Amino acid sequence: MANTEQEILEGLAEIVAEETGLPTDAVALEKSFTDDLDIDSLSMMTIVTHAEDKFGVRIPDEEVKNLATVGDAVRFIAGAQA
Amino acid sequence: MTILQQATPTHFSRILAIGAERGENVVTNDDIAGPIDSSDEWIRQRTGIVTRRRSGPEVNVLDLAEAAARKALDAAGLTGAHVDAVILSTITHWHQTPSGAAILAERLGATPAAAYDISAACAGYAYGIGQADALVRAGLARHVLVIGAEKLSDFIDPTDRTISFLLGDGAGAAVVGPSDTPGIGPTVWGSDGSKASAIRQTHSWAELREDPSLGWPTLRQDGPTVFKWASFQMAPIAAKAMAEAGVTADDIQVFVPHQANTRIIDQVVKQLGLPDTVVVGRDIVDTGNTSAASIPLATERLLTEGQAKSGDLALQIGFGAGLVYAAQVVVLP
Repeated sequence: MANTEQEILEGLAEIVAEETGLPTDAVALEKSFTDDLDIDSLSMMTIVTHAEDKFGVRIPDEEVKNLATVGDAVRFIAGAQA
Repeated sequence: MTILQQATPTHFSRILAIGAERGENVVTNDDIAGPIDSSDEWIRQRTGIVTRRRSGPEVNVLDLAEAAARKALDAAGLTGAHVDAVILSTITHWHQTPSGAAILAERLGATPAAAYDISAACAGYAYGIGQADALVRAGLARHVLVIGAEKLSDFIDPTDRTISFLLGDGAGAAVVGPSDTPGIGPTVWGSDGSKASAIRQTHSWAELREDPSLGWPTLRQDGPTVFKWASFQMAPIAAKAMAEAGVTADDIQVFVPHQANTRIIDQVVKQLGLPDTVVVGRDIVDTGNTSAASIPLATERLLTEGQAKSGDLALQIGFGAGLVYAAQVVVLP
């Protein structure tokens, strides 16, 4: 069943918090994974894998580089669920 | 009517001894950071590697393999004459033919042992142990020498930021023979050629022949893709190897994954839910990633340093270019 973008943001924030130790409220739509949240390419793949499991979507490896911000990821997941 | 005879099988096999040889030079992160515009801190944070061991130009992959094999034979109380088969796993033997294993068998006095190379990259040692187990139990060989050996420094590009800075040189050898008790669990192995380009040689020998300006081929990887595959798809393979061996994580004393990257090791340990009592091989910190040699090198180190002991149950898993993987539970020698 498809999630709302707000639900996806909240779920993604939990995954990012678990991987990085950041508080969930630091994970906002406009934040850049690399520049604002200091997430490197390997941690990003861990987050992507957990997001795939949590939201029941597939995020191809070649798509990950296009997910610059949290909002990009939320919109991709929402689109993949639609 | 004559009835065909088949080889007489034996019930059990085990690893009788292990030998290890590392490249003689210690190469620090600072030594290699310049050409990749990196730093000691970045390399440690991304890979866990502090130093890697590399050999000089006078040493080739078969020299490393021979040294490790001699140590394994000595530890087993055997000589080359006792060896019926030599299996060498390497991607850094410089000749298409003859095989490195045949040359190695001659050097070790193991003639006329069967001898062949296998190309299974970082899974090569675990592939070799699986084959040796089958050869011994099927009655095709009594003692099999399995060697994972790499001189990866022959195939690195100092300016490559994807894989070269991880790599080291070394060899690990195991003697597999018959046993009164089970010593090698079922091998769970496989491949995924759809990801053949994830870890690769920059260009083929044919392409080099057509365009010599391409220069010497070296290795590359798609780091994040390999990280995701290794971190999340290898734990189920390792878990299956335990299940097929009839053991659980609580029965295992030692876990020796291929030494690719400490972050992959940490993630696989987490996915497997291994208890804290399980000793985890982390030889990569000092030795670097030595591909087919990494599991026996890490195992030998745990045994030498007393973190593991003879008789311990060890889960081992190799994974790498192909992509290929293999896992089994073994009793440590």
